[in-house]
Amino acid sequence: MNRRVIGAIVRKDLRVVLQNKGVVLPILLLPLILFVVLPLVVTLIPASLGNTASNSADLQELLAMISPGLRQQLAGLDLNQAAVLFFLVYMMAPLFLIVPIMVSSVIAADSFVGERERKTLEALLYTPATDAELLTGKLLAAWLPALAVSLLSYLFYGVISNFAVWPTFQRLLFPNAIWNVLVIWVAPAAAATSLATMILVSVRAKTFQDAYQTGSLVVLPVLMLLFGQLFGLMYFSVPLSLLLGVVLWLISLVLLAYGRRTLHRSELIARL
Amino acid sequence: MIRAATAPIIATQGLTRRFGAATAVDGLTLEVFPGEVFGFLGHNGAGKTTTVRLLNGILTPSAGQARVLGLDPMADGPALRRQTGVLTENPSLDERLSARTNLSLYADLYGVPRAEVTARVQELLAAFDLLDRGDDKVGGYSKGMKQRLALARCLLHRPALLFLDEPTAALDPVASRQVHELILHSARAGHTVFINTHNLVEAQRVCDRVGVMEQGRLVAVGAPHDLARQLMRALDVEIEVAAEDMVTAERTLAARPGLSCAAQRRGVLLVSGAERAAIPDLLAALVAAEVRIYQVTPQEPTLEDVYFALHRNREVSQ
Repeated sequence: MNRRVIGAIVRKDLRVVLQNKGVVLPILLLPLILFVVLPLVVTLIPASLGNTASNSADLQELLAMISPGLRQQLAGLDLNQAAVLFFLVYMMAPLFLIVPIMVSSVIAADSFVGERERKTLEALLYTPATDAELLTGKLLAAWLPALAVSLLSYLFYGVISNFAVWPTFQRLLFPNAIWNVLVIWVAPAAAATSLATMILVSVRAKTFQDAYQTGSLVVLPVLMLLFGQLFGLMYFSVPLSLLLGVVLWLISLVLLAYGRRTLHRSELIARL
Repeated sequence: MIRAATAPIIATQGLTRRFGAATAVDGLTLEVFPGEVFGFLGHNGAGKTTTVRLLNGILTPSAGQARVLGLDPMADGPALRRQTGVLTENPSLDERLSARTNLSLYADLYGVPRAEVTARVQELLAAFDLLDRGDDKVGGYSKGMKQRLALARCLLHRPALLFLDEPTAALDPVASRQVHELILHSARAGHTVFINTHNLVEAQRVCDRVGVMEQGRLVAVGAPHDLARQLMRALDVEIEVAAEDMVTAERTLAARPGLSCAAQRRGVLLVSGAERAAIPDLLAALVAAEVRIYQVTPQEPTLEDVYFALHRNREVSQ
């Protein structure tokens, strides 16, 4: 495969995407809200309100629902520390996966369907780029930014959370093993699954909005993880995260192998 | 005769493409030779765009074969597309990017040597009169500017063979003329040009030969004037005679079978239905009737006449 051609496709897609506010805004806003605003709100506001009897009762009720394994992880901490650790490390873990999924799906929707909508695909198909180069370029154009945004989100989140919890814990919560596995292993897999899904969605979707909305359904299993943890069915541990990554990689490889056929030049041009 | 000694740059044999029950291109057998400007004529939906896609290896044929620049489009698609430039019906430009960025990215895709990209982009922007607006987003360009930029893009890698799909559709006359000049300039520079068009005036103006497509089938091919002579045997002839001799002239011509004659204006007759070979006899008859003839102008049939004659013939045969 010709790396220069792949690089040109990646640069082309990224330059076009960066001009689209409908794509850039969610890429910036979601991580900002989830990983900058939310940890500050969760840690600083309760601290400023102080401990009241009703707050303590609510927290105890919440922690009573979580799985025994997770309760063991929180053993030895006071109620405030347990609540902060539970929220920042465990509850935010599935929410973190929304970032690579959302970033890759919004860019892929613009790249696969938006390009067809803007009628710019045909000229690209007439270039000497092979089908494999086209597919690789388009996948990388969505996958690499998803990884970059995830990594930056983690860095900001880690620094802000550490800063916010220092008065409570007198130690750093980040980096830690669970989140390291999430960032290095699970987030790339989640982005790949979202991309592979978007390839399948792009076959039927007529517009960028159509594709983005349908592709966003990949977020639903993430919410299931969130609620599963909240109701004590499971919790994010290193082995579970590793396993989750394996499952997501397998799903994405199967979907990619299937979706690859739909991105054949002859199929694409026939759908224009 | 010169062509017989030259290998065709495009050669197809029974090339066919079906979409479900519909046949977009039906058994196309065609040869186009190096240096030609070849016009591919037909209504919308006649199969012209599908043919260009087949010839560039981006659509798989249902049957038949094609060789373009000596390559099989399906087996050697990337190698072939490195030597062809295609202007699509829609300019297909990234409107959120500048003209310069559009061209630079496609220079990379077409494999223009890295060291030459900046100079080549600059050269083409200048050649297509876009240098002043080269850093503006293409979304703000007029249709003519977009079309010029799309043409510049398909010339980036100096292709041997150019495919232009409806190059002047939706352009105003001034922009159309510019595009025609660019086509002729490209042909003079040694490019072979294959133009899809339903604009007959355009085809007559720039094409060496044309092929006429009807419902996916090639129904005629040849130089415009050869096709005209072949298909339009009867001509209209404008004859200017002395005003006093008009009545005599009309009477003389009306006596000849198969002709119709009408006074166009004072001293000018329009004779319809005359075969080219019969024109000297007509004039001899007028001279014998002592009609004073000032001027004889055969009205050569246009490509438009040929096109509609073919269309009528096909309707009758169906």
